[in-house]
Formats: sequence, structure tokens, C-alpha cells
Amino acid sequence: MSDNRISVAKTYKLYVDGKFPRSESGRTYPVTDSKGTFLANAAHASRKDVRDAVVAARKAFGGWSGATAYNRGQVLYRVAEMMEGRREQFVAEVAASEGLPSRKAQSVVDAAVDRWVWYAGWTDKIATVLGAANPVAGPYFSFTVPEPTGVVGVLAPQESSLLGLVSVVAPVLATGCTAVVVSSAERPLPAITLSEVLATSDVPAGVVNVLTGRAGELGPWLASHGDVNAIDPTGAGPVGRVEIAREAAGTVKRVLAVPEDEPDWTQRPDIARLRRYLEPKTVWHPMGV
Amino acid sequence: MATPTLPAELSDATSDERSLRRFLHGLPGVDQVGVEQRAASLGTRSIKKGAKLQAIDTAISMVDLTTLEGADTHGKVRALAAKARRPDPERPDTPRVAAVCVYPDLVATAVESLAGTDIGVASVATAFPSGRSSREVKLADVALAVRSGATEVDMVIDRGAFLEGRYGRVFDEIQAVKAACGDAHLKVILETGELATYDNVRRASWLALLAGGDFIKTSTGKVSPAATLPVTHVMLQAVRDWYTATGELRGVKPAGGIRTTKDAIRYLVAVHEVAGPDWLTPSLFRFGASSLLNDLLLQRRTQLDGHYSGPDYVTVD
Amino acid sequence: MSTWEYAPAPESREIANLKPSYRPFIGGEFVDGSGEPLKSVNPATEEVLAEVGTASASDVDAAVKAARKAYDKTWRRMPGTERAKYLFRIARLIQERSRELAVLETLDNGKPIKESRDADVPTAAAHFFYHAGWADKLEYAGFGPDPQPLGVAGQIIPWNFPLLMLAWKIAPALATGNTVVLKPAETTPLTALVFAEICQQADLPPGVVNIVPGAGDIGAELVNHAGIDKIAFTGSTDVGKLIQRSVAGTPKRLTLELGGKAANVVFDDAPLDQAVEGIVNGIFYNQGHVCCAGSRLLAQESVVDELLEKLRYRVSTLRLGDPLDKNTDIGAINSAEQLTKIRELTESGVAEGAERWTSPCPLPERGFFFAPTVFSNVEQSMRIAREEIFGPVLSVLTFRTPAEAVAKANNTPYGLSAGIWTEKGSRILWMANRLRAGVVWANTFNRFDPTAPFGGYQESGFGREGGRTGLEGYLDV
Repeated sequence: MSDNRISVAKTYKLYVDGKFPRSESGRTYPVTDSKGTFLANAAHASRKDVRDAVVAARKAFGGWSGATAYNRGQVLYRVAEMMEGRREQFVAEVAASEGLPSRKAQSVVDAAVDRWVWYAGWTDKIATVLGAANPVAGPYFSFTVPEPTGVVGVLAPQESSLLGLVSVVAPVLATGCTAVVVSSAERPLPAITLSEVLATSDVPAGVVNVLTGRAGELGPWLASHGDVNAIDPTGAGPVGRVEIAREAAGTVKRVLAVPEDEPDWTQRPDIARLRRYLEPKTVWHPMGV
Repeated sequence: MATPTLPAELSDATSDERSLRRFLHGLPGVDQVGVEQRAASLGTRSIKKGAKLQAIDTAISMVDLTTLEGADTHGKVRALAAKARRPDPERPDTPRVAAVCVYPDLVATAVESLAGTDIGVASVATAFPSGRSSREVKLADVALAVRSGATEVDMVIDRGAFLEGRYGRVFDEIQAVKAACGDAHLKVILETGELATYDNVRRASWLALLAGGDFIKTSTGKVSPAATLPVTHVMLQAVRDWYTATGELRGVKPAGGIRTTKDAIRYLVAVHEVAGPDWLTPSLFRFGASSLLNDLLLQRRTQLDGHYSGPDYVTVD
Repeated sequence: MSTWEYAPAPESREIANLKPSYRPFIGGEFVDGSGEPLKSVNPATEEVLAEVGTASASDVDAAVKAARKAYDKTWRRMPGTERAKYLFRIARLIQERSRELAVLETLDNGKPIKESRDADVPTAAAHFFYHAGWADKLEYAGFGPDPQPLGVAGQIIPWNFPLLMLAWKIAPALATGNTVVLKPAETTPLTALVFAEICQQADLPPGVVNIVPGAGDIGAELVNHAGIDKIAFTGSTDVGKLIQRSVAGTPKRLTLELGGKAANVVFDDAPLDQAVEGIVNGIFYNQGHVCCAGSRLLAQESVVDELLEKLRYRVSTLRLGDPLDKNTDIGAINSAEQLTKIRELTESGVAEGAERWTSPCPLPERGFFFAPTVFSNVEQSMRIAREEIFGPVLSVLTFRTPAEAVAKANNTPYGLSAGIWTEKGSRILWMANRLRAGVVWANTFNRFDPTAPFGGYQESGFGREGGRTGLEGYLDV
């Protein structure tokens, strides 16, 4: 019977401000698996979608950065739990997108889930590790705390569609920043499914916004945007990153230094990404009676 | 308790105990680190040449030459009076000091010794230095001083009452002493070393000004720390703020611990820059001191002679 | 007494050991730069102090090569314990030559001697002492077991704190094992070249520190030189953006410490007299030539009148004049160019309707001076509320509620510093948490310490200087 049934063709949408809008441009593009078989249509985001996503991310920043670190950790851990629930779907999509055998795809999904868990545990420790009580030479109490830098534009890796994606998005959230993510252009399905997970998890609307489309087209708009504080140019490729770095200079954006080629995402990360999205703030107060 | 001449917001402040408390606790706080830094920074002013000589002469004219010992005698007071009249006998152009300051029972001797001069006679009173006696005894003490001819009375506030938060009691007592002073000027000793915080110094300063003190004075000299630069800064700021609020000029007297010309000049710089040049007069600023005078005289000689002087060239009294 | 004029109390300029000419320092030697020599001017008198040889592109190249050689052959291989001792030596030598450096700094920069003597020079020495101790303890700095240096650092510093900014740059670079090529500002190169002598006195290996005086074009040569691994820049946001653009797409690391328009927020329960001191210190310290200057006073409406009255009186007691005079509070504006900029922005404030009050202090007949000025009735939209004036000009705005104070304070592309004045502890922490600035001073202002990281949010730059965090900018982490 299933052979005769006409399947429901999927046309996916963007994930902005907790909702799933179409691209403002109305554009879509076909997504295929690694062998070229049609999988679904994805929304082809435009610069105006970038604009809307930045507005959403900025709106969400106050609440997310103001949430307790404990709460953020819980929310990130919840994402891991939710991903477990849709494990089979992620495995299928990763396998199709990346052309991996099922067993390999399973381990990729496991690693992605574990990455959320790893970063979930960082939320309430990173300030201890990076902060300081400064022993200044005077009658002052001076301390330094790392604070989230703001809205981060994330150009997700083009190849590693899920583990790479989680590896670049989770640290943004762990610091208390909010994200506008441009997914892998050719392999967007895991990102779309992750959006659905985020939408039904405890991550507040606007904290993560996922645009499917071209990093080369959207990256420069994120890089030059006056309300974006930092940018991860991973998905832009070596050539695109130069333009992004130049555009970022106009507003003194923090640009993440990334390796020429996509790293091995299965390696456990260090805290460099967390550091990059945190601003050390030094506070002074006199000590007297 | 109200004092009729004050602007409404200040006379209201003294209408009852609660208002007084609210007013004093509503004064801006004093940040310890900030005021000490400001005092230290002004302390680096470099006063040279003519400005220094001018400062020395001004400082001499502001000295309340003081002896407040159990061992004080009529002879000691007479010697002090002689010094006050002619601080440096070899240099008659040396200014006279502002006043001599003694215990009440020696006021008559001081008055007699200073007859014919405009040098004031100040007397400590009100169970100096602790102030721990009955109101009657304190007022009797004041009466003795005034009756004996004191032109200035240096009272102590009831620090115990102040620290208990019974500001009305302190206020009333100052007013009562003020009334007992008659024409004599009233200096109110806060004993800042016992008040412990700059916030308290500011509150006590305002309390004394509200109650009619002509001067606010830091210390008895019997408690350590006595006068300090930052405490004096807070008090100078209080009289400046008082002037801004009322148009009235009140004075400040640091006492105790000021021994060198260098110290005195630092105080004068503070007077000049915190309160303002108007306060650089003996009617608004005094030094309560004894050994300071001789150092001022030595430094005065150094300035005039162009070489250093020595202690044998000024009189030990 | 009727009036008490403080007699002049000038520090002797002989102490500066001023020489007729100074030369670039490359590879451990003073060399004749092949750039056009510049004349360094005393901004307080407009007299030429000395002729200074400048670097050309080829000199920059030679300096970078010298630094590379020193890095490869000597410095990166040297045990941290040994590097530390060089830094300790330098710190001591700065202390020993502190009077000379202070007087020279004041002559060249125009800042009051009391500031160069009591702040710039001792804090510069403190930076070397602090970082010296890090050199053999980097494995404890939180960047992994064996953090590596970057290589050759190109460093460009401004004219407002010439020696201190040099110390902020060179001390952490050397402690972490990098070598440096530093370009001092065009108008204030002298103390950097005396620092080069100190490097010689300390027997620092040749090439570890190179000093290349010159103008912006030499800075650009340095930024664009292929042999540079890291650029550290302190200066204007405009130039910072150019540099960030220049290094885009290269492997060069970058840290920027740029401009600011700090809000100093005064609540009605503030310790008012100390707030006045903090405001004065915040905007008039170093003639307002401070990137983290508290140039916007945000006063709660319920206290603004009282505050302004106290502030104006206090500002009128500031003594402006000969920077070498120990009693001078406000010295000279560093250059004619800067003076023109201050005047232009001040005039814009008047034209836009703000109320100008200027201290009645007399101005010297010669030299570049600008009397302390306070603008009240300033609105957020005015240029004097948005643009960095970098001079002794304060803009006073008001607010009604804490939330409004935060909104106004944060309403700028900058984010270097901020001030809070209130006696309420929980409000301090609430405010400190919300102010988007790298340094927040509560009930104080303009405090600096080598142990306390300093640097900005947003267009005030990125990276920090000082503390453990400050090492990050010079390590490959």
C-alpha cells in the first residue's frame, strides 16, 4: 500500500522569533540528498529575513542573557533531551544529507546530543573560570565577570549539517548570547529539524533563529549589520570569510577566528568559542566605612 | 527647638526629634575612599616663596594657642598669653595669634594677661573632654567661663547621645550652651575620632550648625585620631553647604595633631579650595594647637632669613 | 588673607635630560630612520623640543625582521623565568628614571606633572612588575598547559598616555614571549625612545623591542607588513575600523582599544561631594584626553541643580596652566589639531542649543589650552552627547528612573566605561549588570590597575589589557 501512496512533499520554512515564516522573498530551493535525489523544498532566506531575524534575536537577548546560568543550563540540557526523542529523524536526515551510512550517522547524532549536554554544563561555570577578583593596589574591590556580547551571526558549517551546527550554536547560547544562524545551504534538513526541536523545547522565541539559504549571500548582511555584535564565519568558506571580516570592521564586530577547513567536529571542543562571545566586564567599588 | 532665622527647610528639620533624624539621615553620604583621596591629592599642592610666607602668617593669626593639662597653672597661662601677644619677640611684625584656649578656672588669668589686646580668650567647657556629666554641671561650667571673661567657648557634644541616635538631645544641649554663652562665640567640638565615620561627621556638623554653633571643631585633642585632613574636608564642605543654603558664614577649627607648618599649609589649601577663599580668616578658621606655633615661627624665619633656623631661636613656653 | 595666589612651583625641565635629537630604535640600536624627521613640540609653549628621526617603510621592514630574528633565535626559546627577570629589570629602571620620564612626558604631552609623576610613570612601572611575574607562570593562566606566543606584535599607541600605553602594550607581549615593533604617536614619541634606552640598560636582547616613530602611514606599514603576527592598537574608532578592515582575511590577530563616550550616572542618593570629584576626575583628568573619560554626566533630575552648583564651583577651582607646575590641574591640549577639534565640537554644542558654562580660569597666552567647560541641557541627539570630544568638555543630561539611566547610558555605539554613583548597594550591582561597558566604576572613576582587565564593548574595541584576561591577546589560544 505504501508503494502506491503519494507522499506529502515538504516545503520547509524559516525559524524566526519562535515562529516558522516563509522567506519574505517568497523564494524556495530544492534540497537533495547526497546522491541528488529530491528531499524537500527549503526556504531561500533573503537579507530582509536577516533583518527580521536580527530584530528577533535582539528582542530575545535581554531575557536570555538575564536568565540565570542555572536556568540556561537546564534549557540547553532540555534541547539534548528533545533531540533524543527525534533521534531517528536526525539520523535519517544526517545520513541523507551527508551521505553517511546509518551507523555513522547515528554516532554523529549522538555526538550532537552530547555536545548540547557538554555546553549545558558550562553555563554556570564559565564565569568562574574566566572571571576574577582583581587584587588591585588600592582600597577597592574590583572584579571581572564575562558577559554575553549580544547578538551573534552564525554561518553554520556547510559540510557537517548537524554536529557542526550544534557545535557552533550551542556555545552561543551557553554564554547567554542569541543567534541568527544561516544553515548549511545544501544540507539544511537537520537544521530545520533542530528548529522544530528548539521551537518545542524551552528555548525562548528569538534566542535562536535559523535561516536556510546561502552564507555567501546572507553573511555580508549579518557582518555589516549594526545590531549584530559578533560573527562566526565558518560556513562562508575561505573566500567569503575575507569579505565578512571586512564588512565586520565597519562596526568593530568580533569575528571568530576559524580554521581554513572545517575541523573534525567529533573532537571535544575547548572554551575558545565561549570566550569569543563573552565580554569581560571589570567593576570597581571603593571599600570604606 | 526651631531657630527662627533659618530657611524653612532647615528650620523644619529641627521641629522635632523625628524631623531632625530624617534630615540628618537624608544628608548625602560621604565615601571614605573618595574623600581621603581628595584630601591626599590636595595635600600635594606645592606652596612656595611668597605664597608660603603668606600662608605662615595667616596660619599664625589663626592659632588658638592652647594648654589643656591637669598641670596647668596661672604661671603657665601667663606665659602662654605672653607668647600670644608677641609670638616672636625679635620680629615684632609677626602676627598675633587668634586666641588662647584654657580650662574655665584659668580664664580669668588669661583675660587679665591679654588685657588691651584683641586676642580672644577661649575656654573649653561642658565637662570637657568627655562631656559626661549632667546638663546643669555643663552649663555651670560654661557660666564660669563666660563670667570670667571668655570670648569664646569650646563645648563638647554628647557623643554618647549622638551615637545612640538621640540627636534632639545633642541639639538641645548645644542650643542651651549657645544661650549660656551670651556674646561669646560658640565652638562645637564633635570629637570626630569617636564618631568613627565620615557620615557621622557630616551629620554632627549639620546638627551643630543647625543648633547655632559659630564654629565646628574636630577634636578635644584628648582622643586619637584628633584632627585629620579628610575629616576637616567634610567639615569645610558642611560650612560651605551651610553658606549655600543660608548665606551665613560659619567657621571650622581642626584641633589636635597639627604640629608642623607643612601640615598647617595643607589645611589652608583645603580651606582655600574646599570651602573657598572667604574662609581664609581667623574669624572663620582656627587651628587648635600648641607646638604648631613654634614651627610656624621657625619656618617664618627660614623664609625671611633665607637659611634654616633652629629651635633655640624661638621661645619654649 | 584677602587673596592667596600660589607662587609658581615648576618642576625643573633639566630633569628631562632633553636631547636635541632622538632616533628610531631597531635591533637594539638607535639608527637614522630614513623617514622625514619630525619635530616634537611642547604643546604648552609651542616650542620645538627635539627633532625625532622617523621610520620609513624599509625601516619598518628592518624592525619587523629584527623582531622576527629575536623571536626565533632568542626570546621564544628563553625560559619564562629569564624573560621575567628582564621585565623586572625594566620595571626597576622605569622607577629609577621616573622623575626624568615624568618631566619628559609632561614636556612632550602637555599633561600636568602631578599626573605624569603620580599616575603615568608609576603605573607604567607597575605594569612591567605585574607582567614580569606572569612570564614563568603562563601554564596557570587558564589557556591550557603550554600556551604559545604569537610571534611579532605590531603595536600602535596614542598620544594621551604615551609611556603608560607603551607599558600596557609591551609588558604583556614580552611576558608571553612575543617580540614587538611599537609605533609611538607622532606628537609624543620621546618617552618611548627613552624607554628604548632603558631596554639597552636592561641588556634586553636586541630586536625584542623596536620603536619606530612616525605618522599614520608608518602605522599602516606596520599593520600591513606580512611579517607581523599580531596588531594591537589603541586610538580612535575610525582608525581602528580601518585596521580591522586591513587585517581582514589575514591570519593576523587583532586587539583594539578605541574611543568611548562614557556615561557617569549620578543618582539622588549619591555621595554628592565624592560624585563631584568623580565627575571632575572623569572628564578633566588629562585634559579629557582619555578614551574612557566620563564625558556624559547623567544626573537624576531630582538632584541635577544641586549637583551642577557644586560641580561648577569645584571646576572653577581647577588650576589651568603650565603643565610643569606642580599645582597645575589642567595642562595643555596635546596639539593644535586636537584643540581645533575640541573648539569645533564645543561650538556645535552651543549651536544645537545646549547651555555652555566655562570655568573663568585665565588661559596662558601661548600654547594650546582649553578651559574646562560644562554643557547643561544637553539632549541625546546633540553631537556633544554622541561624539567623542577628547577634551575637557562635559555634557550633562538628565534621567528620571534607573531604567531610563541605563537606556541612555547604553544608547551609543561605544561601550568602554561607565560610572555609577549611589549609596544603594543593590542598585550598584543592578546597574553594573546592565551597563554595556567593559569597565564600570561605582562610586569612583578612572581607576586603573595592571591586575584589572580594561577594554571595551562594541565600537570601543575588543580584547582586554591587564589581568589574566589581558594575556589572551598575545597567546595563540
